[in-house]
Formats: sequence, C-alpha cells, structure tokens
Amino acid sequence: MEQKTPTGGERIIQCLEREGVDYIFGLSGGAAMPMFDALVDSKIQLVLVRHEQGATHMADGYARSTGRPGVVLVTSGPGATNTVTGLLTALMDSSPIVVLCGQTISSMLGKDAFQEADVTGITYPVVKHSYLVSDANDIPRIMREAFHVATTGRPGPVLVDIPKDIGQGPCDAPFTDELDLPGYSVPSRGNPERIEETARLLSESKRPLLYVGHGAVISGAGKAITTLAEKLRAPVVNTLLGKGAVDEHHPLHLGMLGMHGTAYANKAVADCDLIMAIGARWDDRITGKLDEFCTDAVKIHVDIDPAEFGKIVTADVSILGDARLVTEDLIPLVEMAETEEWLARCAAWRRQYPLKYPKKGGLRAQHVLDRLHAVTQGDAIVTTDVGQHQMWAAQFCLSRSNRHWISSGGAGTMGFGWPAAIGAQFANPGAKVWAVVGDGGFQMTLCELATAQIHRIPAKCLIINNNYLGMIRQWQELFYENRVSGADLEGNPDFVKLAEAYGVKAWRIKRSADVDRVLQRAQDYDEGPCVVVAEVVKEDNVFPMIPAGAAVSEMIIEPPKHRLSKPTGST
Amino acid sequence: MSAAASEIAPAATPPTHTISVFVNNKPGVLVRVALVFSRRGFNIESLVVSPGAEGRFSRMTITCSGHRDVLQQVVKQLAKLVDVVHAIDHTADQSYEVEIALIKLECALDARTQILQISEHYKGRVVDFGAESLILQAHGSSEKLDALIELLRPFRIVELVRSGKLLMARGGTVT
Repeated sequence: MEQKTPTGGERIIQCLEREGVDYIFGLSGGAAMPMFDALVDSKIQLVLVRHEQGATHMADGYARSTGRPGVVLVTSGPGATNTVTGLLTALMDSSPIVVLCGQTISSMLGKDAFQEADVTGITYPVVKHSYLVSDANDIPRIMREAFHVATTGRPGPVLVDIPKDIGQGPCDAPFTDELDLPGYSVPSRGNPERIEETARLLSESKRPLLYVGHGAVISGAGKAITTLAEKLRAPVVNTLLGKGAVDEHHPLHLGMLGMHGTAYANKAVADCDLIMAIGARWDDRITGKLDEFCTDAVKIHVDIDPAEFGKIVTADVSILGDARLVTEDLIPLVEMAETEEWLARCAAWRRQYPLKYPKKGGLRAQHVLDRLHAVTQGDAIVTTDVGQHQMWAAQFCLSRSNRHWISSGGAGTMGFGWPAAIGAQFANPGAKVWAVVGDGGFQMTLCELATAQIHRIPAKCLIINNNYLGMIRQWQELFYENRVSGADLEGNPDFVKLAEAYGVKAWRIKRSADVDRVLQRAQDYDEGPCVVVAEVVKEDNVFPMIPAGAAVSEMIIEPPKHRLSKPTGST
Repeated sequence: MSAAASEIAPAATPPTHTISVFVNNKPGVLVRVALVFSRRGFNIESLVVSPGAEGRFSRMTITCSGHRDVLQQVVKQLAKLVDVVHAIDHTADQSYEVEIALIKLECALDARTQILQISEHYKGRVVDFGAESLILQAHGSSEKLDALIELLRPFRIVELVRSGKLLMARGGTVT
C-alpha cells in the first residue's frame, strides 16, 4: 500500500510525539487547523483551554513541575498575541515551553490578512528563541532545535510560527537529530580553578550563607547543596523561586530572603561574611539598596547564564556552569567551616523574630496558609499568583521537595496560579496540587475552571479573598497616606456560586474555626477540581517587609507606628 | 610612550565602542540585535551588515557610545542570542578601521580649486563632476572623515552618505 505523504501539520505533531510530548494545551483557530487536524490521529492528548494565556501558564506549570517542556498550540493573530504574557512569564522564570502558532499563508504575510499578526516580531523580546517556518523541509530540524533550545542551558520559551500553507502542504522531510545552532552552547561543569578558590573561601569563612535560586531547582542541585551546607555547617536561604531545592524544614534552612523574606534570613544576609548565589540572579527583590547590599561579604556567583555575571552584582568569584555539577564538584574540596558562633546567632534571630500573625480579629490569610501547610504536610505542589497571598504562601507553605513550588516570580503575572496548577496536575496525576490565588488574579484566568472540570482534574483552588488588590492597598496604606486608588475590588462575584456554575465543587471559609475542616475536605476531594474561598480580613499587611530600594537592614518587621517615605526602588 | 598617551586621553564623554557581531544570516536577526541596544536605551550610531566569508553567516559592525560596564552587559546579552555566534567589543583591541564617505557639494566655478585641494590632501576622489555640483569619495578613519567634512562645510554640502565604520581585528585575533 502506498504511504501517503504527511502534511506539514502532521509532521509537526509527529515531531512532538518523537519529543515525548503527552499533552498539548491549546485553542484552535483557522490558521492552526492543520495541526489540530493531525491531533485527531495522534496519541497526544489535547487540553482545550478557554483562553490562550491559560494554555501558556498550564504548559508552564507542566514544565516547572516536571522539568519537561510544556507545549502550547494556538492560532494566528489574537490567538498568538494572547500568549505574550505567558511567554514573558516563562522567560523571566526560565521555564521551558514551546509555543506553536498558526499563521496566515506565506503569500499573505505582511498584507494585513485576516487574523494576521507579525507574531515573531511582537514576541522577540519575550522568547529565548523563535522561528517563522518558511520551508516545510525545515520542520523536523526546527522542531528538534526548538525543544533543545527551550530545555537546555538556562531554559526558556521558544515560539514556532507556522504559515497555514506549510501546515497544509506536504512534508516528507525525514526526522533529524542534527542541530544547526553554531551560536548556541550549553555550559556544564565549572572552571576547576574557580571551584578550588571557592572551596577555599567557603572553608575559611566564619559566617557563610548559601543563597539558593531557581537555577538550583532547575538543575536539581538541592541534594548537593544540602550536602554542601551540612559539610560546611553553613545556613541556607532561598529566593521565592528557589523554594524546595533544599528542604525548607532543614535545621540549617532560614527560609526565604528578600523583600518579604523571614527576618532571620535577612538578618543573616546583612551579617554574613560570604554569600554564595547558586542559580540566583541578585534580583532587586533580594538586594534592596545595592550600595548597601552585603558590602563586606565575599560574593560568589554560580550561574549557567554568563550574562548574569556583573549584571547587578560583580562577584569576587563567578563560576559559569550547571548549579548541580558545580556544587557536586565543590563538596569534596570544602572543609567544615568554623561556624558554631554564626549558627548560634542565626538560631537566636530565628527565636527572636519568628513569622507571626494575629490570631484574633477575624479570619487571617496567614492562618489559612499555615493550616494548608499542616493539612498537606508540605507535600503538595503549590502554585500561586502574585501579591499578598503569594508572599504569605511563600512564608507559611514551606516546600519540602524540588519542583513543588510554582509561582510567577520575575514577571509577577496575575492569573498564573490556577492554570499553572492545572498543568502541574496533568503532569503529576497522583500529586495533590493546590493553587493559592487572590481574588484579583483569579478573575484573570478563572475561565479555566471549565478546562479543569471537563477533564476532572483534581487540582484545588484556594482563593484568598479580601476584595482588594491587597499588595497595592498595602503600599498605598504604608507609603501613599492610605489613599487607596484602583485597588478596591468591592463587587466581586460570589466565588462559590461562580464555581458551582461551572459544575465545580466549592466551599467557603468565613471563620478560623472552619479552616482545618474545609481544607481537609478539599485535600481529600478527588472527583474533579474544587474551589475553597477564604473570606479573609480585608486590610492586612505582609511583614516583614523591606521597602523597594531600601537596604536589607531597613527591614520593617512589625506594622510601623509612623508614616513611611515612598520607596525609591523599582515597583 | 603609551603611558603618556593614556594621560592625555579625554575622559569626559563616554567613548565610542565598536562591536563586531558575527551572526546567522537569517531573517529577523538584525531586529533581535537591535532590540538588545534599544532595551538599554542605546542609540546605534552606525551599523554595517555584510555577508561573512561563508554565506550562512553575516557580520555586523556596530558603533555606539556608552559606559564600558553597561556596554559589556550589552555584549553579553548579544552573545546570549541563539543566532549570534559571537559578539566582541573591539574598542580597546588592535584593529584596522575604515569608513567610506560620499559627499555631494555645491560647486560654483570659484570654489572648485579650493575643494579639489582639500580633496587631494585627504586622498579623496571626485567620482561625479557636474556643472553645479560634484560628488567626492573619501575613505579613512571615521575621525579623518569627520575632519574632512568639517573643512568642506563652508562650501555647502548638499548630501552626505557614510558607510559606517568597518573593522577587522589584526593578526590572529578574531573579529
């Protein structure tokens, strides 16, 4: 029997199968039809989303929870432009997603065809790399390169724009593993001399601190870092996205550092004599006022992206390489440092400045999240949006395992948490997955309740509802004389009824006494998605807080009694 | 006498940098490169793109001014682009630099001799001679062309086209 030449669209789907893709998060449209048609005969399961932004965050949640690339398929024009926020989110947080877009036919490119947009042009600044396919014969190579670039080195989003004539026309180009990427190299092991120098500096340090970021999560360096910390007797802090690389319950772990980090983590940052960044990029949320950041400490920087060296901080020793490999190479070279006094000091800070919140005066978000940690025993995959709930979740939902904390850090994308949880649940069917979202962010992607319900995905959505854009209101209270502007979400829908309209199980928590019972019910519910709406006190603030652009030493640990001046740092 | 030379180097304005970017010869690469500059608020002063020795690569020679530390970051960001094979700031390197200028001048009878004298001094060549105007072609370092153009300004320059700076690293150094 004569074998039919596949179409470009079929070839693309075959390439995805070859890459081991099991799910595609997508929304169809005219220009993407060749690929959607090919999906009918493919073993790859299509997850039909309700908005393309949701598809990108699902792919992102899938990718971050597994390390495997998440795949998105959308149509041209508005379908593609709706992915821009998701691309930015993935780029800022180094998440490997591959976004395939339909495009108008080649001969109509640039002629204002229906649903045409210059998608590669629009997305240049928010992708790691991108392709506009101009020849069907290039499909197998481009697809292989797209996955290679997305997943290696510092991972990131790759976009492939596919004109409909290419998707529809024949493509008999053979599959290939050859890459044509002369400008692309992937660092692996670090420079041995620099590793030796680092080992010497670490061993000599009296007050060392390991500052662990998302790169450590991505490379799976957590185990090695734990060994290194234990061998040195050095305390560990992590960034928002570094949560879970090293078990946050570990006695050497001081929790999250930075703007809303624990007081004891930030005290340690301010007082250390050596700080070693492992897969972290000295973000402005971490350093605060740069001129006063760790001025007397030796700085060591391990990163897989050479463009991070000297960008914010010029370290005393920079090691280009994979966080896990570099850390593993360090372990045999270090000796136990004399840190008894230092560890005692850190322990004293921990006792003196514990994370705390008022137990009276209504339902507190902190209480809900503290109990969520207890109910899930720290074993759930937790995703978040951005804002107060995110910071409280970071403070109270300590992460035990790698890839169990998924949050939009760099981009700070509202609407990320819920679709990311759906993606993570697809990738980890046996795991308990909780999205912690605010009432503001949830409403940006809530339509994905339908997606979760149709697939009976047992992801749980905890809405911390204070009827405010709470972090904005907090800043306005603290720094803008409480002139609340554009932050009041009074008139929010009844989220329980809203969930029920989608056929989704929902509970409401109004009293502190109900928290454990409801959270446990949701934790045990596995017939499909469910929503828990926690109606928390309206006006609560996240502390500790280092105002943007202030020095770490200017941390506000408790609600201030006096008026504060406006922050000088970025947003 | 390099020590003496460095003592008299002016430090007030940020220096002009010449960055050579060796890239895949593909659509869109120029935009990706230009975006790295524009994102940091840099104005590209001159840009020359030409095919490399192998047709699959192109060479971009870019001049722009700015502080060294910031430009170092720009060069790293350029090198990070998947389509960039390498990016090198040649400002401090030993390299040969050249630029070509075409200058169209109003050329009344009484001014001709003077213009031709200046042109000769700068090893320029008249490539088009009309009754009312002429086109002068000159080449050399960008600074030399600047000086020539200043001398010709009194004769009313009608149009000016400059190639932008071309650069090649000397000896065994990669451009």
